[in-house]
Amino acid sequence: MEKELQVIAEKIERGERISDADALTLFRSHDLLSIGELAAQVNRRKNGERVFFNLNRHINYTNLCVNQCKFCAFSKVEGESGGYTLALDQIRDKAREALKAGATEIHSVGGLHPELPFEFYLDMLKSIKDVSPELHIKAFTAVEIDYFSRISGKTVAEVIRELKAAGLGSMPGGGAEILGQEVRDKICPEKISGRRWLEVTEEVHNHGLKTNATMLFGHVEDYADRVEHMHLLRELQDRTGGFQAFIPLAFQPDNTRVPGAKGVSGVDALKTLAIARIYLDNFQHIKAYWIMLGLKIAQVALCFGVNDLDGTVIEEQIGHDAGADSPQILSMERLIAMIRKAGKIPVERDTLYNERKAY
Amino acid sequence: MLTDIQKKLNSGQPIDRAEALWLLEKADLLAVGKLADAIRQARHPEGRVTFVVDRNVNYSNLCESKCKFCAFYRNEGDADAYLLEYDEIFAKVQELVDHDGTQLLMQGGLHPTLKIDWFEELFRQLRQRFPQVQIHSLSPAEVTHIARLSGLSMPECLGRLHQAGLASVPGGGAEVLVDEVRQEISPNKIGWKQWAAVMEEAHGLGMRTTATMMFGSREKPADIVEHLFRIREIQQRTGGFTAFIPWTFQPDNTELGGETASGIEYLKVLALSRIVLDNVDNIQGSWVTQGSRLGQVALFFGANDLGGTMLEENVVAAAGVSFRISQDELVEMIRGAGFTPARRTTEYRILQEY
Repeated sequence: MEKELQVIAEKIERGERISDADALTLFRSHDLLSIGELAAQVNRRKNGERVFFNLNRHINYTNLCVNQCKFCAFSKVEGESGGYTLALDQIRDKAREALKAGATEIHSVGGLHPELPFEFYLDMLKSIKDVSPELHIKAFTAVEIDYFSRISGKTVAEVIRELKAAGLGSMPGGGAEILGQEVRDKICPEKISGRRWLEVTEEVHNHGLKTNATMLFGHVEDYADRVEHMHLLRELQDRTGGFQAFIPLAFQPDNTRVPGAKGVSGVDALKTLAIARIYLDNFQHIKAYWIMLGLKIAQVALCFGVNDLDGTVIEEQIGHDAGADSPQILSMERLIAMIRKAGKIPVERDTLYNERKAY
Repeated sequence: MLTDIQKKLNSGQPIDRAEALWLLEKADLLAVGKLADAIRQARHPEGRVTFVVDRNVNYSNLCESKCKFCAFYRNEGDADAYLLEYDEIFAKVQELVDHDGTQLLMQGGLHPTLKIDWFEELFRQLRQRFPQVQIHSLSPAEVTHIARLSGLSMPECLGRLHQAGLASVPGGGAEVLVDEVRQEISPNKIGWKQWAAVMEEAHGLGMRTTATMMFGSREKPADIVEHLFRIREIQQRTGGFTAFIPWTFQPDNTELGGETASGIEYLKVLALSRIVLDNVDNIQGSWVTQGSRLGQVALFFGANDLGGTMLEENVVAAAGVSFRISQDELVEMIRGAGFTPARRTTEYRILQEY
């Protein structure tokens, strides 16, 4: 192991937090396997050999969006062909299908719709809860919450309270992209600032709702931007403890408008997941989102500090519109086999990481 | 066990079959990776990762072997059965030359009627038209089949093909070099001893060859280990293998069907190959079957070469996997992992670093 890595390894051995400079050193190192071993060590300490997954269904309620983020291949402007908005009936049908397929969670995010009133979102939550109060609804990003507050004239706190009362159970952590403003100006100039994302998320945590945190990487950001992003999350987590999982999302360049972006290589993906595991010592879970990583790398990531493979995910749209070549549905059997072949114990969880069944 | 194996490897001793099996079945992926990576570093301290600019030309998809893992072959009378004309082949090779290609990997099926004259004439003309291209073609199963159809012994047949221009032989058709497995997945194909005989004959004629292994179908871990040791033993006798290339069975559109090997299984077998085959210089990562992401990660699990750019590839694509990659992407991929990309010849002479 390189000397610089040795120093970091000793910190990890002692259970000490690593610094931003340490994280940068790891990003710049080419010693992929040593970084992986360190991450695996941290993960083993936190989660043993258990690897979580859940049974969920995505409902992307609309692709109409007033923002035009350059990295997004999903959004449409009003009037553009291919634009859609699901009616409450359709949402209910999808929730019913999900329930029938054994899902315990509805994962629902959409664009910032130009016209729908705030009440639509409350009705949407209630419609899903009508299908079954047992379905956990993990929905909306901080970006949507901020938008709801603006279209309704209500404070963020009021918006959260009303969504929660209507059935919102937790939030998936999207819209974080890279929190540094310079990067946001390049890839999503219309989106709320990183600071605002953190404020809204803190408010959500303060209302007792758990969220995840994502990071979209592999576009125009550099390693320092990724470290700053994780720094801001670690700081917020120290205050609220409201984050469950950190989810690095590999940018998919197809059909997007980020010039020069190449996407994420296998080595970069594994390194980023591993460094996240090491750096984010106050996050319990690191999730490999196989939709964007592909199944092979997602499985290998289980040896690089990852302890969550997301869900069976029925009908994902957003990553696939950007060229993800993973399947749209992954059977539970296949997921379990993947985890077992990594020498780990597959555990089905609910959204809040309560164990439902170990396999 | 791991420390014993590590000690052995550090002192340059080979490991045995039981140790190899333990690594495959019981050891942690990253631990096996680290052993392989150390060997790769010691063997290739210059930190280069090589590739060759090549094209696969499949002269025919007619095949009497009808292997159950294969999605490429067709039967006589099938609407999409084909045999390329010489001119079509030349046009394809011209394209390869236009891309600065140096290797022609030409394989087909076990064609029911093509005798040695067809191949001799083809190779002669190819050599004359494209002297800069190495004819790295056929496979032990084809050589054996052509010999039989032509009423020749295998050594006679191979000698004549070599005379006509066949410079080296790719190691395809090895599948798993254990006859019980071959019975299940490719009952009509030559047995492992015949595969080895062709390779040894080729090495004896001064031709270099590669060796492959297709795993993830019906074999057991012990079969994989046996395969590796059989390659190692042939290499001890001849020294003729330039590289070993493990890849995974691709199930789509095949009679066997089922699932492909997972990413972890691939990396482990790859790393084990690097560890066991201490007498083979090069281990190839297979981005064609694994995709570019895992292909890149393979460089940390023993691979020091990424094979060809494959201007054309049909066989894996028929089984439902079609990863395409440009030379620029390949160079970028190698750089991104911290290595120096280099274009090479079939016989691993460096042509250009990037």
